[in-house]
Amino acid sequence: MDKLIAEYADKLPKRILDDMKDYLAKKGGSINQAKLKKILDNTLEEYKNAKIQAGESVGVISAESIGEPGTQMTLNTFHFAGVAEMNVTLGLPRIIEVLDGRKGLQTPAMEIYLKTPYSKGKDIKEFALAIKETKLNHIALEFSISLIDSEIEVKLDKEKMKNLSLTNSNVASSITKQLKGFSVKDNKDSIILKSRSKEESLNDVYKAKEKIKDIHIKGIKEIHQVLPLKRNDEYLIMTAGSNLSEVLQLEGVDAHRTTTNNIFEIQEVLGIEAAREAIIKEVFKVIENQGFNVDIRHIMLVADTMCVSGSIKGITRYGVVSEKASALARASFETPIKHIINAALIGEVDQLNSVVENVMLNQAIPTGTGVPDLITKPKE
Amino acid sequence: MKKKFKVDKHFLIPKHSKLSEAQKEKLLEKYHISAKELPRMLKTDAAIAALNVKPGDVIKIIRTSETAGEALFYRVIVDV
Repeated sequence: MDKLIAEYADKLPKRILDDMKDYLAKKGGSINQAKLKKILDNTLEEYKNAKIQAGESVGVISAESIGEPGTQMTLNTFHFAGVAEMNVTLGLPRIIEVLDGRKGLQTPAMEIYLKTPYSKGKDIKEFALAIKETKLNHIALEFSISLIDSEIEVKLDKEKMKNLSLTNSNVASSITKQLKGFSVKDNKDSIILKSRSKEESLNDVYKAKEKIKDIHIKGIKEIHQVLPLKRNDEYLIMTAGSNLSEVLQLEGVDAHRTTTNNIFEIQEVLGIEAAREAIIKEVFKVIENQGFNVDIRHIMLVADTMCVSGSIKGITRYGVVSEKASALARASFETPIKHIINAALIGEVDQLNSVVENVMLNQAIPTGTGVPDLITKPKE
Repeated sequence: MKKKFKVDKHFLIPKHSKLSEAQKEKLLEKYHISAKELPRMLKTDAAIAALNVKPGDVIKIIRTSETAGEALFYRVIVDV
């Protein structure tokens, strides 16, 4: 029985065959070979009929199917995902953000899964704090400038440092590494910075004072906030801010499941196929969250379009539209004059192979029955 | 210098494999297309770092699909 089903492996999708196997197993597992063959053939017939036809304008259908619920989506919903304090962009703004392929996200966020024993809740707070980015600003009580010696004194918050298990020498060495031209002196409750050059103007000292606030002391860059939480009997850490490549290398992080909502980071670290998957997941999550029912195939089509070129291209005039071969098609989207002038300057030829340019010229458009050569070769 | 993370274990990454020349010919024959008409994939893509590819190679990707269970996809390697 399994052998016969396996013969259809490249004709029918795996899901259908698996369903069939499951059903047969439930019904007792034995079936007449001839009968099974008939069922499979009928299924294949049905499957072929259910396929979308060549030349169908799937893009327009997808656009309508995503666009219609888009008009009903609540604008600017800021939703507190799960537990308090963590603010994630959802709703229409998030969909636009993903589909436009924007690099600077409003709320970058990560979900960091952990290996045991951390996932069971051991030392979860300490682990989270170790990931969080700490700048000098966060552990300092006061920055003061001594005008006479042109020195900067940084008073340290001992309590915070103890929580982060930092010592004065840790802090001092981070400062020395990242700030040139200053000598660093450890003074128990504070750290004193003195310029090495004699002719330091007061202005420069002020500038240095602002600069040292941003000195990176501990943790992973860009992770601004951490929130350990429990989900399905497992502890994980949600963060505001995202830095996938560095988090994945951490000891104790489950690199198999840890993700970010920044699709560009995923493309860089995990490749274009993972990015496509992430786009689908992100968009579908929002649509589902708002209680709409959009078929996932539409989103798959959009994600595929964004990823054909090997890197993520947003659905904007700078992304997928700029890749179109036809100058008229590009001009019809946005900024027409720019495109027409540029095309004229370099003497671009328009092959009139696509829809929009043929609509402009009042000709039959190549979709549906307009592209018979997709299925059959016309006689010369 | 950033260490490269070994990516083949992440749940978002489907299985990638390189097609041999013969398999590639067969694929292009089946769909009546040339290699440059396939969707593209950068040579530097993180998911194929271990496959030792050159431009013109075709990568077979077995996606796990929500609708079909499993779906095949092909991409051709391009320079940058």
